[in-house]
Amino acid sequence: MAVESDLVTVDVVESSEFPDLARRHGVRSVPRTIVNGDRAVEGALPETEFVEAVLAAAQTR
Amino acid sequence: MLTGRDRSEAKQGLQSLAGRVRLINFTQELACQYCRETELLLKDVAELSELVDLTVFNLQIDKAEAAAYRVDRVPATVVAGEKDHGIRFYGIPAGYEFASLLDAMRDVARGSADLAPASRAALAGLADPIHLQVFVTPT
Repeated sequence: MAVESDLVTVDVVESSEFPDLARRHGVRSVPRTIVNGDRAVEGALPETEFVEAVLAAAQTR
Repeated sequence: MLTGRDRSEAKQGLQSLAGRVRLINFTQELACQYCRETELLLKDVAELSELVDLTVFNLQIDKAEAAAYRVDRVPATVVAGEKDHGIRFYGIPAGYEFASLLDAMRDVARGSADLAPASRAALAGLADPIHLQVFVTPT
């Protein structure tokens, strides 16, 4: 997504090395994707569903 | 750091790079569990292809570069092609994340990803920035 859109940036965060960050974002299982700092998309979804979920999460801010 | 199967898979994967890849590693010497291992891993990866350049900065010393790349914790790896697409790996990109690193390198090298037409169309309609933090584990 980040390669395809100049408006998307992504951090891949290894949870066990950054427990403070993982705790702050309520990470209990992985993958967990946080959208714009405060919305979550859980689990590994098929690509089109993931993109839809991310865009929906971004719009509900 | 790279051994046997990982090395051969990485070498094979990086043979098809469509362009230059810049790996920019931020590290520090103290209070960082996997900084040294991450730097060694990236050095191994960079040696596998002439199209891969590795630059290493120290977060505590190279503050201007850290600010420019918006990096505030270590180990961090910026995966950029000719341009910076905003892709960062925080923590050592080992285990499953090593495959993710290679995928990201291939995508930034060619400046495109294997997305479905529906996904491309959805992204083309974006009006506001989206920042994703994908929490993962290496195993």
